[in-house]
Amino acid sequence: MDVTAPVASIGRSTLRTIAALGRLSIFTGQTLRHILLPPYYPREFWHAVIAIGWLSLPVVGMTAVFTGAALALQIYAGSNRFGAESVVPQIVAIGMTRELGPVLGGLMVAARVASSIAAEIGTMKVTEQIDALVTLSTNPMKYLTAPRVLAATLTVPVLVGVGDVIGIMGGYLVGTSRLGFNEAAYLKNTFDFLQFWDVGSGLVKGAAFGFLIALMGCYFGMHSGRGAQGVGAAVKSAVVAASVLILASNYLLTEAFFGS
Amino acid sequence: MIELRGVSKSFGDFAVLRGVDLVIPKGKSMVIIGGSGTGKSVTLKSVLGLIKPDSGTILVNGEDVEQAHRDTFLSHFGMLFQGGALFDSMTVWENVAFRLLRGSLKRPRGEAREIAIDKLRRVGLRAKVADQYPGELSGGMQKRVGLARAIAAEPQIIFFDEPTTGLDPIMSGVINDLIREIVVEMGATAMTITHDMTSVRAIADKVAMLHDGVIQWTGPVGDMDAADDPYLRQFITGSAEGPIEAVR
Repeated sequence: MDVTAPVASIGRSTLRTIAALGRLSIFTGQTLRHILLPPYYPREFWHAVIAIGWLSLPVVGMTAVFTGAALALQIYAGSNRFGAESVVPQIVAIGMTRELGPVLGGLMVAARVASSIAAEIGTMKVTEQIDALVTLSTNPMKYLTAPRVLAATLTVPVLVGVGDVIGIMGGYLVGTSRLGFNEAAYLKNTFDFLQFWDVGSGLVKGAAFGFLIALMGCYFGMHSGRGAQGVGAAVKSAVVAASVLILASNYLLTEAFFGS
Repeated sequence: MIELRGVSKSFGDFAVLRGVDLVIPKGKSMVIIGGSGTGKSVTLKSVLGLIKPDSGTILVNGEDVEQAHRDTFLSHFGMLFQGGALFDSMTVWENVAFRLLRGSLKRPRGEAREIAIDKLRRVGLRAKVADQYPGELSGGMQKRVGLARAIAAEPQIIFFDEPTTGLDPIMSGVINDLIREIVVEMGATAMTITHDMTSVRAIADKVAMLHDGVIQWTGPVGDMDAADDPYLRQFITGSAEGPIEAVR
């Protein structure tokens, strides 16, 4: 038995990981370059805005309303132990805007959008549509990747903002109908307490998550293997990578914004 | 004119092309034949710059493919893909007019649509097909749309990748005739890869047989049947016996 086999195996995995990171870095750099430099494809951009932003509203809204409602119940039950039930509006607001709105909204958009982008581009690759684009003098990175990544970076913060409002309304509905809060007092406590940066930090996170979601969808789609199995694997990898990157970057951004 | 000089390409340890030398004169139709996996598609994609050869030189109209400005270079080409490669998110006319709706050849949508419909008519499709999506068309109609897209911008060079694969014999004959007519009419240089011998006889001025990574035989289509190259003979006759190993 070759005693160096385990070491060689670790070496191969390390090299593969480094190579993948290198490819992803180059892909990211090329994407940014194609976003900034002409020619631009406005039709593709607006199409992506509709597909990523507008059509994700229902899922983000549903996620937000139930999260806000559950959060209100949880905060009430927890704060009840030390007689601080009155903080429910404030905690729901800060929890939704700073953390749960962007993260849960981002994860839901990742599931919906990263998968759809990876499947679409992966299928285009295996059916030679990407090659066809090249022969028609069109750069696939500029035509497919740049509009999607730009659209996601700009629309996911809007989704997060809408999700914040809907999530706070979810908390408000539970707070006023189930927990006995006065309607006017609940809203006043919420808006008096919220600061600009509570909302702003969540929107910045949304932009970062949007960028990562579309980038992962495009990257794994463009590098899809052959056949249905290849496209399936690309979709799975895109969703997993986008989700993990959202959670990791959320921690880093929270540390940067609020770590003292 | 397209000229390949000593073009080699390997994927991992597998050498697909081992020094391909081939000349396609301007305005002529060259058909490359060969068994599956012999590197026909790799040769075609190398000329287009979709695959970068490991060594050798490819010249198109005297210009090195690797040195050429990509957009200008590709604007000379049209290509019909094996599966059509039509964009399924677009209507048929938007597929045909793709090049005319963006980039250096961009023109108003109305004008681009008119040209697209004209090209669709040229390949035997009615104008009402223009607003349908590729998924609503039969395989033969998709090939015709692919052909219309390939010729929409009046290219000087047209590539055909297995143009009759998946079609019934009658539709194959129709597509072969269309290709021949269009190539002659446009005076274009054509390069076709196929293993359909009916296509070869209908489309080709010259034939090249690719085997084991090199051009095994090349010559006018009229000389093909009389040639005594054993590889070519086995391929033309479809015999299991001969120098080309047939895996059973």
